[in-house]
Amino acid sequence: MSALIELSGFSKRFGDTQVLREIDLRVERGEVVVIIGPSGCGKSTLLRCLNGLEIGEGGLQFAGEALDAGSDWSRVRQRIGMVFQSYQLFPHMTVLENILLGPLQVQKRARAEVQAQAEALLTRVGLGERAGAYPRELSGGQQQRIAIVRALCMNPEVMLFDEVTAALDPEMVKEVLDVILDLADGGMTLLIVTHEMAFARAVADRILFMDEGRIAEEGEPQAFFSAPRTARAQQFLERFSYLQNVPRRK
Amino acid sequence: MPSSGLELLWQVAPQLGRGAIQTLAIALAAILCSTLGGLLYGVLGSLGRRALDALLRFYLELFRAIPLLVWLYLFFFGLPLLTGVSLSSFACAVLVLSLWGASEVGEVVRGGLQSLPRAQREAGLALGLSTWQLYRLVLIPQALKRMTPPTINVYTRLIKGSSLAVLIGVIEVIKVGQQIIERTHEHVLIYGTLFVFFFLICYPLSLASRALERRWSYA
Ligand SMILES: Nc1ncnc2c1ncn2[C@@H]1O[C@H](COP(=O)(O)OP(=O)(O)OP(=O)(O)O)[C@@H](O)[C@H]1O
Ligand SMILES: [Mg+2]
Repeated sequence: MSALIELSGFSKRFGDTQVLREIDLRVERGEVVVIIGPSGCGKSTLLRCLNGLEIGEGGLQFAGEALDAGSDWSRVRQRIGMVFQSYQLFPHMTVLENILLGPLQVQKRARAEVQAQAEALLTRVGLGERAGAYPRELSGGQQQRIAIVRALCMNPEVMLFDEVTAALDPEMVKEVLDVILDLADGGMTLLIVTHEMAFARAVADRILFMDEGRIAEEGEPQAFFSAPRTARAQQFLERFSYLQNVPRRK
Repeated sequence: MPSSGLELLWQVAPQLGRGAIQTLAIALAAILCSTLGGLLYGVLGSLGRRALDALLRFYLELFRAIPLLVWLYLFFFGLPLLTGVSLSSFACAVLVLSLWGASEVGEVVRGGLQSLPRAQREAGLALGLSTWQLYRLVLIPQALKRMTPPTINVYTRLIKGSSLAVLIGVIEVIKVGQQIIERTHEHVLIYGTLFVFFFLICYPLSLASRALERRWSYA
């Protein structure tokens, strides 16, 4: 069986800037892949190419189907959930309306069935009581959990998370990461971009370290974090371990 | 001869009423067309296609640079000469006002859509929405708050602009007033009545626009 996502020699440029360079990547069903790397190395761009928000060049397949600028992206996007750093709930809709929008308008499913699923998902992320609230009435952590539910309610085959805790106050990070861990435990295929190294180590089946538009190193989390092979990855990780143990001033 | 101003007004009321209906019919038709055309203009202008933007810009500048009066003459007298198609003066007035109004409303719509965070569009697309659904369900409803007050201002300008139709022979309320003045020489009374007529229509609109602006200012 083919991989769920397969990139071969995939590149993306914006004008003169080459942002992704000849990426080769296979993501199997049920795999949890965490992408890390310095700012500007192309992590977000890689995720955005997977659901056609950006169109690159080279081989891109989803569930065996080759995708390019001419593909029916609306159909593909129904199978790929995406969650953004800044939540991006629709402010003029209640929580429930946000969640039902895709299933009702795009997938044309029956309201009763979708609503039952939405309520079950809201309960699962601890927000069963907030279906009627507007996004502005919710904390960042709550909004982000709703955004995850909104994507999940489309029954996607893979979820893309782009630094979904980066905009959150520290005390709200856990409630969002717990939801993602729960998804990983449930066997969902996940592609996660994050700067939370401890979380990456805990959740990942595989770490991809990106640098300057390339996958510079990849491996199992234990091996990668304890003994990175490339100098760039070593440098990158040193900066993070420094931040976790800033030496006491003299 | 009527003895008092009130009596005169009573006598000419049906005539003025018919003129007023012409004025309102032109204005309403132009408002409707401007709104629909403006939505189309605004959506096309927010797509970020360069050739399209240049075309819309050209259209906008054309209607900003050339007085409406000239457009009216162009369509009323020029069109039959150029194409052999002649429009009634009423249709011509509605058409010209609508073309102007659509570009003005269109700029408002475009600005409103462009003020939304880019990521809102992407969040909608990521759910699989089509472009049409994205605009109808996500973007336009959000931009509506910002768009409504300036759009109402365009509407009041359309109502006032409808009086230009007199120049190509539409017998609207101002023309009717002038005819009555020719007969009766009651300048003050008739122009006063016209003043009240336009004020009563436009002032509530501009009040509404300001109230909405205040109510929605947090957005
Ligand atoms: N729409 C765009 N137009 C031009 N350049 C872009 C665009 N989007 C991204 N870039 C550039 O592409 C490069 C990679 O951006 P990307 O957002 O993928 O990085 P990232 O790894 O996600 O960084 P961060 O950790 O800061 O989110 C950056 O240099 C960025 O400036
Ligand atoms: Mg990024």
